Amino acid sequence: MFTLTRPAPAAVPAAPLTKTTLKADNPTWCPGCGDFAVLAAFQRVLEKLQIPQHNLVTLAGIGCSSRLPYFVNTHGGHFIHGRALPFASGVSLGRDDLHVVVFGGDGDGFSIGGNHLDHTARKNIKITYVIMDNSVYGLTKKQTSPTSPVGFKSKTDPTGALDPALNPMRRLLGTGATFVARAYAGQLPHLTDMIERAMKHDGFSVVEVHTHCANFYDEAFDCFNSRKGGKFDTIDETKHDVTDLNAAFRLASMETPGVFGVFYDVKDQPSKNAREAGLMERVQANFKTTDGRALLQSAFNRMK
Amino acid sequence: MPTAGPASSTTTSNQHSGQTVRDVVIRLAGNSQDGIQAIGGFLARLAGRSDQDVMTFMTIPATIAGGPSIFQVRMGSGEILSPGDRSDLLVAFHQHSYEAHRAQLRDGGVLLYDSDTVKPDAADTRIRAVGAPITSGTVAATGGSAKDKGKNIYVLGLIARLFDLNVEKLKGLMKERFGKKSEDIFNQNVRIFNAAYAHPLDNDVRSAFEFGPARVSTGARPMVTMDGNQAIVMGLVAGGVRFGAAYPITPASSIMEDLRAALPKYGGMYVQCEDEIAAIATALGFSYAGHVAVTNTSGPGMSLKMEALGWGIMAEMPLIIVNVQRGGPSTGLPTMVEQSDLIQAIGGTHGDAPRIVLAPYSVGDCFYAAYEAAQLAREYSVPVIVLSDQAISTRIEAFQEPDLAKLYVEPAIQLKPVEGEYKAYAFDKATHHVPPGTPMLGGKYPTVTGLEHDETGHPNASAPNHQKMTIRRREKIKALAAKLPAPEVFGDQEGDVLLVGWGSTYGQIREAAKMLRSQGRKVGHLQIRNISPLPKGLAEIFAKYRHVDVVEINDEGLYGYGQLASLLRSALAIPTIRSICKTDGLTFKVQEILAGVSRLDASAKR
Repeated sequence: MFTLTRPAPAAVPAAPLTKTTLKADNPTWCPGCGDFAVLAAFQRVLEKLQIPQHNLVTLAGIGCSSRLPYFVNTHGGHFIHGRALPFASGVSLGRDDLHVVVFGGDGDGFSIGGNHLDHTARKNIKITYVIMDNSVYGLTKKQTSPTSPVGFKSKTDPTGALDPALNPMRRLLGTGATFVARAYAGQLPHLTDMIERAMKHDGFSVVEVHTHCANFYDEAFDCFNSRKGGKFDTIDETKHDVTDLNAAFRLASMETPGVFGVFYDVKDQPSKNAREAGLMERVQANFKTTDGRALLQSAFNRMK
Repeated sequence: MPTAGPASSTTTSNQHSGQTVRDVVIRLAGNSQDGIQAIGGFLARLAGRSDQDVMTFMTIPATIAGGPSIFQVRMGSGEILSPGDRSDLLVAFHQHSYEAHRAQLRDGGVLLYDSDTVKPDAADTRIRAVGAPITSGTVAATGGSAKDKGKNIYVLGLIARLFDLNVEKLKGLMKERFGKKSEDIFNQNVRIFNAAYAHPLDNDVRSAFEFGPARVSTGARPMVTMDGNQAIVMGLVAGGVRFGAAYPITPASSIMEDLRAALPKYGGMYVQCEDEIAAIATALGFSYAGHVAVTNTSGPGMSLKMEALGWGIMAEMPLIIVNVQRGGPSTGLPTMVEQSDLIQAIGGTHGDAPRIVLAPYSVGDCFYAAYEAAQLAREYSVPVIVLSDQAISTRIEAFQEPDLAKLYVEPAIQLKPVEGEYKAYAFDKATHHVPPGTPMLGGKYPTVTGLEHDETGHPNASAPNHQKMTIRRREKIKALAAKLPAPEVFGDQEGDVLLVGWGSTYGQIREAAKMLRSQGRKVGHLQIRNISPLPKGLAEIFAKYRHVDVVEINDEGLYGYGQLASLLRSALAIPTIRSICKTDGLTFKVQEILAGVSRLDASAKR
């Protein structure tokens, strides 16, 4: 099969990935922000997986969390609000040699970009998507988000949020994503493990990470923090079947604080990347040549 | 206006004495499910295959099935510039088809009507009416097995008889179209065709449709026949475009359908996205990944793509956007033509956002505009908009086959390691982003961004930097203007009126210019293809005429000038620029342009 999705690799040995080689700009996040934990976890995963640095692509939309590509030294893109997933789809589908990781917030993922989440997941495009959900719009200084609970006081709801929050895990399971996990910025080793498993998944993998906003919603996830009277329970995968979607929905429907870990993980679904490659192979089997000029010439001949 | 009629050369191969004609306009009027587009397609391809010039014109209803539809074919041995104002032959499938189009038939023209369904006005002596049992004849030919399906082939048989068309070539085209489905379907259509061909038509309306010699300028290359959307697809492929994404929208969908089918053959893909925004975002993702990509759409979709277009301009990504214009605003007239997206194309999206805009002026030029768009997007690292329109997208024309030996571009991604610090946005030269997969030997990997950035691409909100970067983005587009070929004027190089147009109106304006010159007026014609940047030298050309009349299918707006006229007036500050505008959803007729010039002249005298 002839494909342009696998260009000849660059002929240089990749430098090993270390804390130093992965360091880029100093994060501009506020002190105490939960987003630092996501960056640290991602860097740890990269150090562990040792994917060639030039084949890593870190993408994001708009928001505090979406600044992450500037803070990690990989090829990166800072796209427009809510549309990072379709942009990443082009990168992923166009290039089999790249590892594409998208970071974004609850606004990007569940509000302005909600439609894209559905379809990128449904198509099972090979992308890892990390949603850094702080339940508030922080970059624009405290407005209500789709995951803000009823009663949450913000600049757009000064007397408290009126509209029910969406349930992120039910939402993600409903999209058809083939890997869905839940993590918390206050539990770094677990978060690191979730991102690593997501990146190893062949298809669309999504990790919902609760990351508190130190300035505008610091107490949001105290209920997961044992030092503040909350609890952090992880899923026992000897008891939970990660291929059982109904079981995953039951976990997602638990009362707050619920449980953390891999809710759903199926490996028998081909990615869109693989399906498109299959289409290329089938289509090309019908023609004697893969020489582009000859193919185009025969198309012209049919129009004579 | 040349129409079918006696000509000087003699016929040779005709079995009956006929007349050699220069060109003929055939209008087929029916409903959308009558298959009249297929007849038009056969006739257009027959003409193209005979090295004749051909142009078609189609209106289709926005409804799923049913509703009046027309297809007009004009073919001949001279240079065919427009679909023709009036027809020589009207084929009426239904009473309403007859009623709606009878006035459009020229004096002495032939009405061919279905005698099963149409009752023409017997008192009308202006035209010659000929009836044929189109419905019952079709049913009889198939033994009733397919009801009246195949009426279009019956009509094709009648037309072949009337104009003494090359039956073997026509059957060859039918074989190509139906033979793939099954031998039975092909044979059934041949039975219908033969029945109609054998139907005795009034002898004195039979005119041999034997063209004079093919155009001398045809050259060595054979003719190819296709519509504007197909030509865009061919141009993109020839230009090395292998990836893209779109969302279905009339009248642009056939571009995505054809690319979806074609690109996997060439090792690429065309993705159907969840919406227009996702489509341009995915295309930008392909471009960032190193493949110069395309997205195609029409008005409403173009509006949705605007924010991402701005990102492409800010991050300086190569991208091709094809906008097949239709009537607007909003849902507007989905199946009718308008040239009202020009201002959007040159300025749409917030901020100062210069980009390249090309408007193809014919079906053949759709190929070259799409091809050039790919080259320009690559060279200037900027989104390039190809501004086509509904008329050109559905029109079938024959044009000389492009020379692939010279033109064909084989795409390839270069992942050559980059040494040291790379300035993807150097103030002083046109540069390109580094596609992922490229090792950065200096150790620093770039992030492409929609934020204002410095020369390395790093976010930078300082005032002097934004000023300098705004200049950079502007100057690189101005650099293209300096390289564009000088605009060519047809006809008088100075004088009374310069007719200026853009896009699909080329042929009608050219014919109007010819007619005005034949009346003794000093008239030139200039079709502007590069809408942004405009080519240099326009002011000098415009200064040589008393009036510059800009013909375009859009409204004169709040200040009395159409969209291109407004642009030209603001860019050149020339007060002799005037506007001839209309927005009735149809292409210009030559007569309407002439009337527009007369109207402007009259008001200038007052």
